[in-house]
Amino acid sequence: MTDPRTVVVVGASVAGVRTAQALRTEGFGGRIVLVGDEPDLPYDKPPLSKQLLAGSWSEERIALLTAEAAAAVGIELRLGVAAQRLDVADRQVLLIDGSTVDYDAAVLATGAAARPSPWSATSGVHVLRSMADARRLRNDLEVDRPVVVIGGGFIGAEVAATAHALGREVTVVDPLAAPIGRVVGREVGELFVDLHTRHGVNTKFGLGVESVEGGAGDLTVQLTDGSQLTAGTVVVGIGAVPNDGWLASSGLLVDNGVVCDQHCRAVDAAEVYAVGDVLRWFHPGHGEHVRVEHWTNAVESAAVVAHNIAHPEDLRSHRPVEYVWSDQYDWKIQIVGRPVGATRHALVGDLTSADRRGAAVYTDDSGVLRGAVAVNWPKALLLCRRAVGAGASFDDVVAQLDRLPAAVAAPA
Amino acid sequence: MPRLMADVEACQGYGNCITGASDAYDIDDDGKVVLLTEEISDADRPRVEEAARSCPVNALSIED
Repeated sequence: MTDPRTVVVVGASVAGVRTAQALRTEGFGGRIVLVGDEPDLPYDKPPLSKQLLAGSWSEERIALLTAEAAAAVGIELRLGVAAQRLDVADRQVLLIDGSTVDYDAAVLATGAAARPSPWSATSGVHVLRSMADARRLRNDLEVDRPVVVIGGGFIGAEVAATAHALGREVTVVDPLAAPIGRVVGREVGELFVDLHTRHGVNTKFGLGVESVEGGAGDLTVQLTDGSQLTAGTVVVGIGAVPNDGWLASSGLLVDNGVVCDQHCRAVDAAEVYAVGDVLRWFHPGHGEHVRVEHWTNAVESAAVVAHNIAHPEDLRSHRPVEYVWSDQYDWKIQIVGRPVGATRHALVGDLTSADRRGAAVYTDDSGVLRGAVAVNWPKALLLCRRAVGAGASFDDVVAQLDRLPAAVAAPA
Repeated sequence: MPRLMADVEACQGYGNCITGASDAYDIDDDGKVVLLTEEISDADRPRVEEAARSCPVNALSIED
């Protein structure tokens, strides 16, 4: 086995940090350089829309890697310096301060950025992706004025729930009648609409946004049905785009993410790997290239890449079962597999009230379980996660869920 | 031998640890982590350590 002498990891969010840590766990003895564009020490992003925004967790609590922990395992930090260019032929990363890092293996972990607001308002309009975003939004939410959230997906719904918990009047707008239906199907998506209304958050679903005008404290959101909403603060949660623009001159195949093989190696440079949101790889289980913006995919791809760099004689494939969670109001929501594309689903337990557990499970013409959504019911989700991985039959899984103790009150 | 530690209060039932090391971790009916073993071999350590590191709320650790 010949360890590459230097691994450069570009991107210091969870995918990059976990890759650097896992390289050491896997026994890699060479040099590790972790490059990040933000000046802050690496931090974890899921709490930005939840506990950190609510003020219940401190910034220290969401640290992913302290300077001491990095030093203890020999990870060199280059923070506050974005990568500008990748030179594949010379095996070199060029940073914006003019410096360079030579590498024997490179791991691209630059993640994704919030899709920016396309509207013209001058201030008071937020996206939420970074610690700096969260600080600014938290500051504006301190003031008691109405909040309009544009986009009813996971980030939008979580921000709405958090702003509501802070006592703000909140309205969520989305062009789909049941926004989470993008992920869980229309019928189950309706239950997530009820979740907002049950907590007193207004929804304007099935309506687009024409314009957002004004500034912080005095914003007007014009909807496609001619109605208007006034807001002190607007939050835009309309998806994310992979941070792959810096690779345009690299010669790597980039197509909505860095295109990689099943081992997460760039298809045109075997010593370049990608992890996390910027990775588009060939999923051998699905037989197609996919890109997945989930925390767990970042961590799992990091473990695969670290292993493959440290043990090139024993390459692993990245073949995960998709898994994502979301906390909205009093629901802890967990989603596994691919509910989208199902032709049939079944409900187990109760998905219509706060203090119950429930799950929706999905199949298609094959009769195999293809995905599941669980609310306040980790045991059911785990059962489904294993079953999706094993290719279990839908009917068998429904029967097993029916036998779980479901009537117990949900955890607080 | 390395010892497994779990913070049951912090655990939220995400279940990532079980995907990584189903011989070391499970969850109970309330969705809280259960350790299936107290100690692991040095040979198992990389795999179990990566499973512990996949916990979104840092509820798991391994002590020497």
